[in-house]
Amino acid sequence: MPDGTMELRASRRRLMVDGLGIIVSASGFGLVYGLTARTAGFSPLEAGAMSVLVFAGAAQFAAVGYVAGGFSWIAVVLLTGFLNARHFLYAAALAPYLADRPRPVRAVVAHVLTDEAFALAIAHFRRIGRGDLWGFWWAAIVVTFIPWNIATLVGVLIGGAIPDPGRFGLDVIFPAAMAGLAVGLITGRRELVAALVGGVVAVAISLAWDPAAGVLAGGLTGPLVGLLAVRNQPDGPEAQIVFGQPPS
Amino acid sequence: MKLDLVPLALLMGLATYPWRAVPLIAPGIDRLPPTIRAYLRLVGPAVLAALAAVSVTIVLDADRHPSLRVGAEWIAVALCVAVVAARRSLLVGLLLAGGLVAVLRALGLAALP
Repeated sequence: MPDGTMELRASRRRLMVDGLGIIVSASGFGLVYGLTARTAGFSPLEAGAMSVLVFAGAAQFAAVGYVAGGFSWIAVVLLTGFLNARHFLYAAALAPYLADRPRPVRAVVAHVLTDEAFALAIAHFRRIGRGDLWGFWWAAIVVTFIPWNIATLVGVLIGGAIPDPGRFGLDVIFPAAMAGLAVGLITGRRELVAALVGGVVAVAISLAWDPAAGVLAGGLTGPLVGLLAVRNQPDGPEAQIVFGQPPS
Repeated sequence: MKLDLVPLALLMGLATYPWRAVPLIAPGIDRLPPTIRAYLRLVGPAVLAALAAVSVTIVLDADRHPSLRVGAEWIAVALCVAVVAARRSLLVGLLLAGGLVAVLRALGLAALP
């Protein structure tokens, strides 16, 4: 689907359908996070506070391990910042689409920007060729924030009664969703090169150092190589993004 | 109820927020040069591919040491990609990917994560 050619309501419908799988994934891993936190001695309020205030699954899982391992708070906070540095790329990629929105709104948008929200929102924005705050809220709040936080509380309260999500293949939903949404963004050779290089660099750096660094390195170098390797592809509609309200 | 770790959660949130907020609230984001916009346009496919690749190929041990994982998860993700490319249906791709892994694990043909 070329950029900007889908009608708003059709794209929103697709966003909602695409989000169903993410809801299942976020719920499954929210349960596991809650259970893991409970096992490490977190109270429901502590586990819930982390899901509300940090709202970043990988960093939360890591933090539970760090706390249980006796790391200092300074180390936990620094490692959290490192693990979540990739969000800078998400925010930078979404920023041109949301530049016309009031700054306080963008400040709230920032808090709920996650892997899943970014993936769904950027695909939606690219389909319609402009920003759509309603679409972002759906991806960030309905699909991710609410399921993740409810599941956290259920996990930390119910604990051991939860079956292993891996038995149902839920652990493969996240990478499959990210890969599937990446495919939807590939509209030319530049995007293809960026995705391939991003994936390869990420795995290489992850093996050599750390997955958080790998994702960041892949996200930074993929676009650079895509731009340099395919110089003659015409610019997409980001050059003419509509900075205005989407039609109702 | 214990609240000792709530301040830690707040500090972790403060360590995360600037990464998410600075590009969104920085002035002049709507006046970026075309080259930067072209770069940012490619961030989506690159970072999502990076996340997918790392999530499906890398496992961490208890000390966060990474190693390569080869398994049925690769086939499941490839199946989802093929379905999305052919039918543009992420939900169908996810159902097939998750279902495949669940069946293979139930049959003992794939290991649990």
